[in-house]
Amino acid sequence: MAFTEKTRGIYADILTGLKTAGLFKQERFIHSAQAADIEVEFPTGAPLKKVINICANNYLGMSSHPEVVKAAHAGLDSHGYGMSSVRFICGTQDIHRTLESMVTKFLGTEDTILFPSCMDANGGVFEAVLTKDDVMISDRLVHASIIDGIRLCSAMHDTFKHSDMEHLEEKLQLHNDKRLKMVITDGVFSMDGDTAKLDAMVELCEKYNALLFVDDSHASGFIGKTGRGTHEKYGVMGKIDIITTTFGKGLGGASGGCVSGRRELVEMCRQKARPYLFSNTIAPPVVAGVIKVLEILSASTDRRDKLEHNTEFWRKGLIDAGLIIKAGDTPIVPVMLFNAKLAQDVSRDLYEEGIYAIGFFFPVVSQGQARIRTQISAGHEIHHLEKALDAFKKVGRKYDILGKSKQEIIERYGM
Amino acid sequence: MDEMKDVIKNYVIKEYVEDDTDVTYDTPLISGGIVDSFSMVSLKRFLENKYQIAIPDDKATPEAFDSVNKICLLVNEYLK
Repeated sequence: MAFTEKTRGIYADILTGLKTAGLFKQERFIHSAQAADIEVEFPTGAPLKKVINICANNYLGMSSHPEVVKAAHAGLDSHGYGMSSVRFICGTQDIHRTLESMVTKFLGTEDTILFPSCMDANGGVFEAVLTKDDVMISDRLVHASIIDGIRLCSAMHDTFKHSDMEHLEEKLQLHNDKRLKMVITDGVFSMDGDTAKLDAMVELCEKYNALLFVDDSHASGFIGKTGRGTHEKYGVMGKIDIITTTFGKGLGGASGGCVSGRRELVEMCRQKARPYLFSNTIAPPVVAGVIKVLEILSASTDRRDKLEHNTEFWRKGLIDAGLIIKAGDTPIVPVMLFNAKLAQDVSRDLYEEGIYAIGFFFPVVSQGQARIRTQISAGHEIHHLEKALDAFKKVGRKYDILGKSKQEIIERYGM
Repeated sequence: MDEMKDVIKNYVIKEYVEDDTDVTYDTPLISGGIVDSFSMVSLKRFLENKYQIAIPDDKATPEAFDSVNKICLLVNEYLK
């Protein structure tokens, strides 16, 4: 079919609708490497502006770490740029298997399989290991990639209220007649920064003979005493049947993901997961970079310790300034503004002050839960955070939200 | 019939409502965004267990589950 004027008009109307609804996403061009200090062109064509980045998933500051960059260069030289093949034809190098073994050891699991991304891992894992005789019971706030994976799977699907263990138990009882039951959760929830109660979930899964799946993308490398993830924090290493995670956040920030867990389940993915079977895997330079990241993190906890310290400083600073944040101890720290326009205005003013942080509002979060999501990094120094706190205070004073309750902010700005 | 309506309404409120949203017998549940299509499965299983019936998958449509009144009609069809 030709792309007629009528067809063009259909899409133009949809895109206009997105703009009218305030849902149109606009990219900002970063001209520097990803780091705490970046140079941004925004709006398009504007002169470059130096800002402090507090909205990247660069939790451990690995995105531009010199040793990681050097390792990726070496990997490019020794193993080339790409594989031009899927894994099972002629797309597997020694370093792919090396990385799988290193991830297995790092996470304390039985085996690991790489995927082009964690989105792909979550998209492929459920249909590879479950059938229509089984049931998936997921937390109602799991990541969009998990929801897509669930949709692709023939197993029955049910949900439990966010982090509500009583409700989860009711659902395990309700579906106790199924061949296999799989409980599905994020380790760290990306919008609120809270963690799944994995100790209680393991207990329930053992009681009802259910498998436990955890997406630890916002945890791998820094949550837990040695950064192994949410399962380390809750003392349940070795008890999670499937962990999916990404190399696009704390573990280097480039790309790629994996399924790690019980040997048989990983093998099922190797045989049946469609994003694994029908797509090239992670490119050699990125594999070499992630291997270096894991070497660095296995040798020392310095970076996750610094991140923990920075997070404590940041959370305390925001609370002392009189802002409302979501309670927790992860480096995802949402500053609650409740009103969508207020969140956008505060984000814009922070940018003017040299702080890059984005507003999130409905439908990304629930109605009336608009916020600025800040994300702290080991790449931040205290002077970065002090400058960002000063900016939040200045903008907070402008909108008269410092020291104000949720009710007072809503009364003034609406939901 | 009224007793069944209250049983189902109370289940819907307990299961799906997390704020003070009012649910009546005619409140649109699926099209109104109270029950998402994923969560319909637990409602179907609840009805089957509670009333000892089997609702065929092709009858458990979003339209048939869209209000307490509609759900009661569906259940009654299989109680007979």
